[in-house]
Amino acid sequence: MRRMIVLGLGALLFVFPFYYMFIGSLQAEPDTTVTSVLPDPGNLTLGNYAEINEKVNLGTSLLNSGIFTGGVIACTVVFGVLAGYALARLRFRGRGAVFGIVLLVQVVPFQLLLIPLYVLIVRGYGLADSHLGVILPFAINTTAVFVFRQFFLQLPNELFDAAHVDGAGELRVMWSVALPLVRPALLTVVLLTFIGPWNEFLWPFLITKQADMQPLAVSLANYISNVAGRAANPYGALLAGACVLAAPVIGLFIAFQRHFVSTDIGTGVKG
Amino acid sequence: MTGLRAARMPSLLGRHPVGLLLTAPYVVFVAVVFAYPLGFAVWMSFHDYFFAAPGATVERPFVGLENYAAVLGDPAVRRAFLNVAIFLVINVPLTVAIALVLAVALNGAIRGRTFLRVAFYVPYVTASVAVVGVWLFLFSREGLVNQVLGPLAPDPSWLVNEALAMPVIAVFVAWKQSGFFILLYLAALQNVPRELYEAASVDGAGRARSFWSVTVPALRPATVLVVVLATITGANLFTEPYLLTNGGGPNGASASPVLLMYQRGVEQGLPDVAAAIGVLLVIGVVALSLLNRRLLEAR
Repeated sequence: MRRMIVLGLGALLFVFPFYYMFIGSLQAEPDTTVTSVLPDPGNLTLGNYAEINEKVNLGTSLLNSGIFTGGVIACTVVFGVLAGYALARLRFRGRGAVFGIVLLVQVVPFQLLLIPLYVLIVRGYGLADSHLGVILPFAINTTAVFVFRQFFLQLPNELFDAAHVDGAGELRVMWSVALPLVRPALLTVVLLTFIGPWNEFLWPFLITKQADMQPLAVSLANYISNVAGRAANPYGALLAGACVLAAPVIGLFIAFQRHFVSTDIGTGVKG
Repeated sequence: MTGLRAARMPSLLGRHPVGLLLTAPYVVFVAVVFAYPLGFAVWMSFHDYFFAAPGATVERPFVGLENYAAVLGDPAVRRAFLNVAIFLVINVPLTVAIALVLAVALNGAIRGRTFLRVAFYVPYVTASVAVVGVWLFLFSREGLVNQVLGPLAPDPSWLVNEALAMPVIAVFVAWKQSGFFILLYLAALQNVPRELYEAASVDGAGRARSFWSVTVPALRPATVLVVVLATITGANLFTEPYLLTNGGGPNGASASPVLLMYQRGVEQGLPDVAAAIGVLLVIGVVALSLLNRRLLEAR
């Protein structure tokens, strides 16, 4: 009994802000009284969504978020599969060194890289306000390399021997034998990789100063820090934007919730 | 000639030279995005580095520890490091407590496990920028929290109160990240041998007693991991002070070192000073992680 009270209270504390975010995004007049917890039918509107769309252009922002996220996922999967496969199944000079790098990179903290990456990418390579500049530091995810390596290691050796006897080359074996078998890993990596760039704020915020290049997290943050104070119903529009930003991830998470396993959650986090 | 080379290549490059090709993108990426910037950061922090017009060759003289002296002599930076210490003192124990209690409760729950897992995990997968929005709403002067508290509401309100701004951020981050650590504890709980609980109950231990004498010690390795990861996340704090307290306010009471790195390095054009803050921050985090591990594992 006490267990259910603790769990129920915990769930309420975790979920309530999301419920309140949604209710708040529909309020015509900002209402913060205790009764505002229940929606007031006379005070409901979709106007806040129109308002935020006018201020930050949701279409462009969502497109930029999509390009950023899609680019990161594509690079993470392609380069992760290649490197993971090589590390798990191939014998080549320098394999130990590459694996050492994989382990080392995981302990390098991003704070230390922030300023030099900014200097290099913005000042050095001139990639400010470009999709490439936003994607670049996230393009290869070491955790994904690691996850793919683990999955390829688990495949039985006989499979590969049989393919080699049939005369298939290494690339062909990877493409037609190994890859179809690690499809579950592929889904997990895609789902977990999605969260990182979609939610990422600091790096795209540094790189994109032009409004039409900003992903939604950045344009919404700029709205919060610059515009909100002067709007008629600042919280309504802000919460409407927050709902638009949160909805895709929450939807994906609920739909695929059993694929989010504790052991490889770290992939979604820049580390 | 080609035949000879093909025959000799494998012994030189290993049995599957194609592996080099497959790992090449990763190695190049690590060199460009990790290794070079890492060295660059340390180099920058010992030189007088400033932004110059593109193509211009400028001298960037070695200045020894000058940048570090500037950083340590800057009250705003010292304040930011103090703030992150306050943050960690509140955030880390709170995160451990929430995650541990809810994971243990969830582990024994029979009904509604899927719903509860989703509920606890949703804040973790949602963008900080989005949930910061609703916390701003909840903790504003006229917000729901103050409405519920009535006359007990703090004055000045939470986010503009020098004493409360950092604690609110610490609670916010604990709330947001606990879901991840609940799952981590949940996985660790599966490895606690049942016999330990049986032995405890034979010895007459109640639920509370076996929580403290069996569960908590058995989960110590997981707790070390939670503490280290939460410390690293806390040291990276940027979005919350930037948005929730309007750029680390009031009066820098919630500024974090990474926020200072942004202000000094990008806004004020002092990347060398910002790099020095970064180096000091990383040294601090590494030292703290080692200390935590030693303290928690020693007992």
